[in-house]
Amino acid sequence: MDRTDAELIAAARNGDPASFEPLVKKYQGRIFATARRYARRESEVEDIVQEVFIKAFQKLDGFRGEAPFEHWLMRLAVRTCYDFLRRHQRNRETAFTELTEPEIDWLDRFVIEPDHASEDADAARELIDKVLSRLSPPARLVITLLEIEQKSVKEIAQATGWSVPLVKVRAFRARAEMKKILTRMTKDKYL
Amino acid sequence: MNVNELHAKLIAAARKHPPSEQVPYAFEKRILSHISGRPAPNIWALWGRPLWQAALSCVAITVVCGLWSYGSRPKPDSAESFSQDFEAAVFAPMGEHIEDAW
Repeated sequence: MDRTDAELIAAARNGDPASFEPLVKKYQGRIFATARRYARRESEVEDIVQEVFIKAFQKLDGFRGEAPFEHWLMRLAVRTCYDFLRRHQRNRETAFTELTEPEIDWLDRFVIEPDHASEDADAARELIDKVLSRLSPPARLVITLLEIEQKSVKEIAQATGWSVPLVKVRAFRARAEMKKILTRMTKDKYL
Repeated sequence: MNVNELHAKLIAAARKHPPSEQVPYAFEKRILSHISGRPAPNIWALWGRPLWQAALSCVAITVVCGLWSYGSRPKPDSAESFSQDFEAAVFAPMGEHIEDAW
């Protein structure tokens, strides 16, 4: 019979690290998906996920069981990803690298007929990745959580540890930052 | 170009392409080996190291002070006058008391 999360956590707390393995197995997919939103290279993604689970194991005593383990783990993952962004903010792309031909085609199509520029296109995904990689760490985190994952301000505040007003301020600034980047990206070509 | 529309379009594109949940083979084993190989933090060991470092620094300071005081001690010829001055300073109040008593 499968043991519940609470039983596995209790066993891991009592000095049985093997009980932590089913928890890792159960949630690692979601943590990988979260980490892939912030890191491009697979080696970096693996490092983030490893850090999340090691931190989770070390801080297991701090888990009070008031919320599901998954929520607690996701909070830890978001904070670890934010730390990763801050550590690597010097490596952030400061200038737009050449847009690829499919990306330029997609933008051309968007300029002529915005409705015909498909969101399903790989070029659109690559473009948004490039734009996100140019944002500052707080802006990137807020845009990802608020607009892409469609979380509420309150949920973001809980996940990041920021206050609700701070999330709102950072969301406002993040949108302005993104608009500036998009304007700069399209200025040379279309304006 | 409508930048707001482009923003909305790109965000929609990001929503339509959620990142993969794919996990490298036996990743959980790697986590477990890290957790199992990591010794539990020993509170005595955590305190012991800084205390040893502090003790060594104290010994070093003591040796330096000892050497410095040994090096700057008064010369033998001035030792007599120093002892006389010291004795006078110590017995000065006593002498005053005696004079007052007489």
